[in-house]
Amino acid sequence: MPEQLLFAMEVTLNGLMAGVLYALVALGFVLIFKASGIFNYAQGVMALFAALTLVGIMEGQIPFSHLINATLGTDIHHFGWHVPGILAIVLTMVVMVGLAWAVNQFVMRHLVNQEPIILFMATIGLAYFLEGLGDIMWGSDIKTLDVGLPQGINTWIDETTFEAFGYGFFIDNLDIVATVIAALLVIALVIFSQYTKQGRAMRAVADDHQAALSVGISLNFIWVMVWSVAGFVALVAGIMWGSKSGVQFSLSLIALKALPVLMLGGFTSIPGAIVGGLIIGVGEKLFEFAIGPMVGGATENWFAYVLALVFLVFRPQGLFGERIIERV
Amino acid sequence: MKLTFTMAAVAAIMAAAPASADLTFSALSYRTGPYAANGIPFADGYQDYFTLLNERDGGIGGEKINLVECETGYNTEKGVECYESTKGSGALVYQPLSTGITYQLIPKATADSIPVHSMGYGRTSAKNGAVFPYIFNYPANYWDGASVAIKHLLDENGGDLSGKKIALVYHNSAYGKEPIRTLEELAKKHGYELSLLPVDHPGQEQKSQWLQIRREKPDYVIMWGWGVMNQVAIQEAVNIRYPMDQFIGIWWSGSENDVKPAGPKADGYKALTFHNLGMDYPLYDDMKKYVIDAGKAAGAGDQVGTVLYNRGMYAAMLAAEAAKTAQEMSGTAQITPAQMRDGMEHLVITEEKMAGLGLPNFGPEFEVTCENHGGNGFAAVSQWNAAEGHFNLITDYMQSDQEVLAPLVEADSKAYAEESGITPGCM
Repeated sequence: MPEQLLFAMEVTLNGLMAGVLYALVALGFVLIFKASGIFNYAQGVMALFAALTLVGIMEGQIPFSHLINATLGTDIHHFGWHVPGILAIVLTMVVMVGLAWAVNQFVMRHLVNQEPIILFMATIGLAYFLEGLGDIMWGSDIKTLDVGLPQGINTWIDETTFEAFGYGFFIDNLDIVATVIAALLVIALVIFSQYTKQGRAMRAVADDHQAALSVGISLNFIWVMVWSVAGFVALVAGIMWGSKSGVQFSLSLIALKALPVLMLGGFTSIPGAIVGGLIIGVGEKLFEFAIGPMVGGATENWFAYVLALVFLVFRPQGLFGERIIERV
Repeated sequence: MKLTFTMAAVAAIMAAAPASADLTFSALSYRTGPYAANGIPFADGYQDYFTLLNERDGGIGGEKINLVECETGYNTEKGVECYESTKGSGALVYQPLSTGITYQLIPKATADSIPVHSMGYGRTSAKNGAVFPYIFNYPANYWDGASVAIKHLLDENGGDLSGKKIALVYHNSAYGKEPIRTLEELAKKHGYELSLLPVDHPGQEQKSQWLQIRREKPDYVIMWGWGVMNQVAIQEAVNIRYPMDQFIGIWWSGSENDVKPAGPKADGYKALTFHNLGMDYPLYDDMKKYVIDAGKAAGAGDQVGTVLYNRGMYAAMLAAEAAKTAQEMSGTAQITPAQMRDGMEHLVITEEKMAGLGLPNFGPEFEVTCENHGGNGFAAVSQWNAAEGHFNLITDYMQSDQEVLAPLVEADSKAYAEESGITPGCM
C-alpha cells in the first residue's frame, strides 16, 4: 500500500478520535440548548470548574484556602487525605448538581421568557463568575489529573498494523477510552431522553415550555436536571482534556473546538454533536495533512469553521438540527 | 464628626499612596486567565525581590521601592491599558512579560521616554539601542536562544549537524515565529534540514504535528511554546515515544508547570535558560528571613524557588542594579525614568557583582551599551529530572553565534528605523 495512503488512514483514525473529544464538549451545549434554547457560553468553563473540583477533592485540597489564609492568617492547604478517583467523581457530581441548582435559582428562573440574547449574556457572566470562583476555590496552578485512564500509544494497534502494512498506526489509548465513554454517554442520554419520565418531560419543555407547564411539568426541576446533566458531560470532557494537558485555566478554551461541531451537527441533536465532531475531526486533520504543508500549516482552527460554514450554507439548521419554520 | 471622617479619609489616602520620593517600578503581571500558572511565579519573584530590598536595605540608595502591579491577563489590549493607566505613577521601567504587549509599547514608551525591559522576550532586534533607545532585552533574546539550541546540538554531534533533521514546533504567533529566520540561517551554515510545525493558539490539540514528527522522525525537536501548548506538546512527545533528551524547549517552555502533567515519562526533557535554577544561593537565606518567614511573600508564597520565580527575581535584581547605576551616574537617589534608561544602558553585570548580591553563578556576565541593549547572548541548557522534581543545568553558558545573528539584528532594526522614520543614533 502506498505510504501516503497509510499516513492518510492513520490521520483519519486520529481525526475520528479527536472528533469524539470535540463532541464531548459539544454535547453539553446541545443538552442545554435543546431543553431551554440557551446557548450556554459557560459550558467550557463548566468543564474547567468540574475538573478543578475533581482534582481538588482527589488531592484533599481545602477549598478557598488562599482566601482563608489571607483573611485569618492561617497556613492551611490540605485536609491530609486523598480521595479515590471514583468517589471523587461522585462528589464532584454532587458539586455540579449544586451548581446547577444555584444557576437556576439565582439566574435562570429570573430570566424566563426573556429574549435568547439576554439568556446568552447571562451565561457569559456566569462563565466569568465560574472562572473566578474556580480560581479562588482551587488556585490557578496547573494540576495533574490522574484518574487511572491509560495514555500513550496503543501497542496492539501499532503492532497489528505494522504486521499488516509494514507501518504501525499511532492511536492514543486515552482517545480510545474517550471514544468508548462518548459512545456510552450518547446511548445513556438517548435512553434517558426517549424512555424515562424525566427525559420525556425534558423534551416536552424543549418543544414548548408553556404547554409543558400547563400539564404540570416543573420548569425549575427540568432546568436543574438539564444543567446537572450538562455538568456531568462537562466533567467527562474535563477529565478527558485535563488528562492530556493537566487541569489549567486554558481548559475553558476547549469550547472553541465545540462551536464548529455545533454549527455542523445542529444545536439540538445529540447524534448531531457526535457526527459533527467526527466530520470536523477528520476534516481538519486530513486538510492539515494534505494541504497544510502547502500553505504553511496550522490550518486546523480556521478550517474547522470553514467546513462548518460550508455545511451551514446548504443546511442552516445543521446536519441534524430541527428545521425552524415560522408561518405567517 | 464629618471633619473627623474627612481627616481619616485623607490620612488613609496618604497612607495608601506612595510617598513622592519612592522609586516606582511597574510590573504588568498576569495572575488570572489561561496563563496565570506561569504569570504568578514570575510576578511573585519580581515582587519578593523588591520586598527584600525594602525590608533588608531600606530600598535602593535609601529610597523605598514602590511596585505598581497591573493585571493584564496576558492580553495585549489590557496590557496597553495597564501601561496607560500606570505611566503617570512615575514608573522607572516596565516589565511587560508578553511579546505582544512589548510590541505595542515600543513606540508608546519611546514617545513617553520610559524604558521597557523585555527580558528574554519581545522584539529581538530591540537589541540595537541606536534604533530602540528605550527598549532593553538583556541578557538574551529569542535569536540567541535558537542559536544556543543549535550550538548545544553541535556539541552533541561532534560539531557536525549536516544531514540531521530538526523540527521546530512553534506557537503560531509573532512570538513563535521569532526563531525561524535564525534557524534557517543556521541551517544554511551547518547543513541541517529544518521543518516547521506551527501550532494554533492555544495549542490544546497537536495531534497532526506529532503524527508528522512520528512519520518524519526528526533527529531533534525544538519547541517555542507557551502555556498549555507546552504541556500538550510534552505529553504528545511522550505518547509517540519521542526521546525526551532530543526535545529542547525555549526558556518559556522550561518550567515545572510544563513537564509535571506528563509525569515521570517527561524525564530528560531539555530547556534553555539564561539564569540558574534552584534555591541554593545565599540570597535565599535573606529572602527567607526578611520576606517569607516575615509573612511578606507575594501571592500565596508557594512559588519560591521555581524556575519562573527565579526568573522574576532575576528581572527585579537587574532592574534594581540598573537603578543603582542610574543613581551613581546622576548623583541623586531620586532618579527619573530618563535617568533609569541611562542606568540600564550602562549596566555591567559581573560575577563579582552577582556573588556580592548573594547569587553566585546565577547568570551570565554582560555589559549593556548603546549599540547592545541585549547583552552578550549567553544561555545554557537545563534538563528535567522527574524523580527529583526539578530542572538541572547540564551545560555551561554558551554564547550565541554572533557572526550569524549580528547582521540579522542590524537588518531588522534598520528596517524598523526606516519604517518608523527613526535616525539611528546614541543618546
